[in-house]
Amino acid sequence: MNLYDKTAHELHDMLINKQVTSVEITKSVIERADKTEQILNCYLERTNEDALKTAKKVDEKIAKGKNISPLEGLPCAIKDNICTDGVKTTCASKMLENFVPFYDAYVVSKIKDENSPILGKLNMDEFAMGSSTENSYFKTTKNPYNTACSPGGSSGGSAAAVSAGSAVFSLGSDSGGSLRQPASFCGIVGIKPTYGLVSRFGCVGFASSLDQIGPLTKDVRDGALALNAIAGYDANDSTSANMEKADYTAALTKGVAGMKIAVISDYMQEGINEQVKKAVLAAVEVLSSLGAELSECAIPSAKYALAAYHIISAAEVSSNLARFDGVRYGYRSGSYNDITEMLENTRAEGFGDEVKRRIIAGTFALSAKNFKNYFEKAQKVRTVIRNDFDKALGQADILIAPTSMTTAFALGEKNDNPTKMHESDFCTCGVNMAGLPALSLPCGFDKDGLPIGLQIIGKAFDESKLLTAAYAFEQSADFHKMRAIIKNEAGEDI
Amino acid sequence: MKITAKEAEHAAKLAHIKIDSKQSEKLICELEVIARYADMLKDVDTSGVEPTFHGIVLQNVLRKDVVTNNYNRDDLLKNAPDSHDGCFVVPTVVE
Amino acid sequence: MKYETVIGLEIHSELATATKMYCGCATSFGSEPNTNCCPICLAMPGTLPVLNKTAVEYAIKAGLAMNCEITRWGKQDRKNYFYPDLPKAYQISQLETPICVGGHIDVAVDDSIKRIRLNRIHIEEDAGKLSHDTGGGTLVDCNRGGTPLIEIVTEPDISSADEAKLFLESVKAILEYTEVSGCKMEQGQLRCDVNISVRKAGETKLGTRTEMKNINSFRAAVRAIEFESRRQIEELEYGGQIVQETRRWDDAKGESMPMRSKEEAQDYRYFTDPDLMFISVDEDTIQNIQKTLPELPNARKARYIEEYGISPYDAGQITNSKPLADFFESSIKCGADAKAACNWILGDISRILNEKGAEHFEIPFLPEHLAELTQLIEDGTISNTAGKTVLAHLFETPKSPKDIVSEKGLVQISDEGMLKKIIAEIIASNPKSVEDYKAGKGKAMGFLVGQAMKATKGKGNPQLINKLLKDELDSI
Ligand SMILES: [Mg+2]
Ligand SMILES: [Zn+2]
Repeated sequence: MNLYDKTAHELHDMLINKQVTSVEITKSVIERADKTEQILNCYLERTNEDALKTAKKVDEKIAKGKNISPLEGLPCAIKDNICTDGVKTTCASKMLENFVPFYDAYVVSKIKDENSPILGKLNMDEFAMGSSTENSYFKTTKNPYNTACSPGGSSGGSAAAVSAGSAVFSLGSDSGGSLRQPASFCGIVGIKPTYGLVSRFGCVGFASSLDQIGPLTKDVRDGALALNAIAGYDANDSTSANMEKADYTAALTKGVAGMKIAVISDYMQEGINEQVKKAVLAAVEVLSSLGAELSECAIPSAKYALAAYHIISAAEVSSNLARFDGVRYGYRSGSYNDITEMLENTRAEGFGDEVKRRIIAGTFALSAKNFKNYFEKAQKVRTVIRNDFDKALGQADILIAPTSMTTAFALGEKNDNPTKMHESDFCTCGVNMAGLPALSLPCGFDKDGLPIGLQIIGKAFDESKLLTAAYAFEQSADFHKMRAIIKNEAGEDI
Repeated sequence: MKITAKEAEHAAKLAHIKIDSKQSEKLICELEVIARYADMLKDVDTSGVEPTFHGIVLQNVLRKDVVTNNYNRDDLLKNAPDSHDGCFVVPTVVE
Repeated sequence: MKYETVIGLEIHSELATATKMYCGCATSFGSEPNTNCCPICLAMPGTLPVLNKTAVEYAIKAGLAMNCEITRWGKQDRKNYFYPDLPKAYQISQLETPICVGGHIDVAVDDSIKRIRLNRIHIEEDAGKLSHDTGGGTLVDCNRGGTPLIEIVTEPDISSADEAKLFLESVKAILEYTEVSGCKMEQGQLRCDVNISVRKAGETKLGTRTEMKNINSFRAAVRAIEFESRRQIEELEYGGQIVQETRRWDDAKGESMPMRSKEEAQDYRYFTDPDLMFISVDEDTIQNIQKTLPELPNARKARYIEEYGISPYDAGQITNSKPLADFFESSIKCGADAKAACNWILGDISRILNEKGAEHFEIPFLPEHLAELTQLIEDGTISNTAGKTVLAHLFETPKSPKDIVSEKGLVQISDEGMLKKIIAEIIASNPKSVEDYKAGKGKAMGFLVGQAMKATKGKGNPQLINKLLKDELDSI
């Protein structure tokens, strides 16, 4: 197995046993990215020199006999809506094409504390709006399992890079499914933490009340390690939960015996791909055979979640993205006669179609005439959704659903149809509306060899339970050991 | 749900995004998507239900009134499309 | 036809916090452009607000001082609009749950008390500043952006420019007493918008109102109200109609005109800020803040009338300014006669301060110096005229009145022999005036006393001169 194919915890063990150096690992991943990038387009910006510098520092530390933390010396990459001091942060938008922050996002400072070499910034749907990474202003990322397919989105670059071995792990963000759906499409683990567990400071706001940053990893243990690194109270984020830090790896081996697991029936009905359904039910069987108590539950409001989600997120987007006005940073139109034209042209030229669509829709939903029937109604429906999840979680420890109704769809398949694309969030956005933690991990492959994702949903701040269940399933199924076989244009494996 | 061109143009105007008449047609269709969503929500009984504003419910998240700024102006201005004399420059604003 | 004017005010007051509402930048005035800024107040991508605790406490304090109900469970809302001085393109304010509700301020109008009701006090952030570049563009300085404000909104209870002025003075005094705001109007720390409508006397329905912005002093408020109510009345008299609009007051031209940028109907799309959590205020917090309230202007005024026997008008004038009232009380503690101290403070001291343009009263000498000055006059050491000279010197040097009197030779001449000699000379050289006096013309006496004072270079004891002169003239 190549170094770049290994998990973080495997590489950590090799580092402390001096079987390999951080520079060797980092170089292996960089070389892998040099190859895969020609096909996959995961990265928007690469910072190999900085990464190697950090790796060297870690090697010196190890040589001196010092202890290293679990992710130390293991190269990662960051979704491009997360600010990195001195490195372009574009949100895959023309609007921020040349924007260089001079501050780090909270999670980036945590990764730097960890001495994890940062390889660069990862592609995404523009301002995280989309589910296919086709809305990037710069490039379209491809799915490592089938380059004709989408890696999902909006954290498509983050998921594809980990899946392809061009980063050991990565960070992304999830407002309606943007970590879990690409994780499921790319056959890796994605964790959307409880709202408030990970600071949003420095993550360019999409929908403030829904956004959470989370890790994408090759397996569940890596997910726990990355979550350990980035979770925690941040006084600079008013929505950050001030609570004691947990060690998520402690939960991994607890086992599911006696755990109450409920399958959400509303996500297993019409529209679901039969192979996805089969794989999810098979996974549930595995958990049952390991001692979990199975049941079914209903989220009656599930079919309204998507509508409410799109109204609320568009409304918040319209306000959050109003700051992009060509005054203090970012793109400014070259043609205008007065200040109003400067603003209108800047925003017309700097934003892509999907972003403009959502901003205007959100403005419409918030405007005096529509406020009550659109935004306020959606916020009330949000309460209903929250209550439904609370009720279901009152009867069960964790809930099970597919991450996505389908496996990866073909590039271009949905991009001209916003409503179709919105439907990608069907199984995931309810969780964001309720502020709950959820995780996606591989639970099989369809007949075309595309990965299928299992979604596990838990109570607020009960990430440990998700990890316990996920780890138990993973260890008895081995899907996490699969690696994508990437072919170049000539059809050769790379 | 029918959206008029006037409504669409008003929303674009409020959002400060320039659209031409050709785009206006398309915009109407797009706004009809969100209007359909709002229509769907009418089926949910929300009488007596309070809206949820936040992803988490906390109270009194407050900051001590102590100066902590340590940025220099060059950094603050370096991403600006136009700046002069320590200020951001915009086309003349008439009140 | 008689009309009455109905006025409501929206007063924005900058809070005297060390830092801005949502970031750790200093709020100091007059710094180099954009030096009190950070990624948060410049709305750089990814940054988030955290509310200033002191700003909340100050707003509650102001509310308690103005008899408001304090909201126990509140939130903050976004007011969305584009303007280059507003980095986020929304102002964080409070729409549905202002931190203070209701309340009132009692104002002494002529001889009666008028109660002006408040609608609310809410917290919000200030915007930056625009200035015009010689190069043709507009310059944006965000130093002020994010400064904590309270907005005090009245009910339409004010019926004249004079009442508005008295009310504004009361608001300023309360904010100064509670130390919630510096209230430096010249620095824009206190600004007001005026909502104004007129209606025929006796009518109960409110007329269409206009809102006037850009009012930067009490004087401007008075002029703006007078102008606008006249304009509206004239408009109606000539059969016209009032348009509901926002107008900009131009103090230099002395007129208001419709604001161009506000023509487009405003739709602020207010909604609860998802980045900011609820504000919960419990009874203990309110009690603790209540305890920190000082004696407020109206209470102080009543005490001055009662304790020092000064007139309600004077007491009102002096308590309108906390620094003046503090100075007044200290000087009394140092032995000054209350009435004399009051006269000096409201008279010459205020005049000189005004001449110096010191809107924010900073008396450069000590209260004990005023006490000493009043005692020197009372015991006849110096004349009242010489007292004015001493006062002028007190504004310039750090010396005590006694030192100034002896240095400048201002001690009063009360030597009868010397004064009699001077009087004799004056009578001799002004026969016409003596004749007038004899003919019963009162003015002549004043002239002759003046001549005597002049001859003593102002040092003669005026009461003594008066008496001696009268004796002399009557004996002729
Ligand atoms: Mg206001
Ligand atoms: Zn700041």
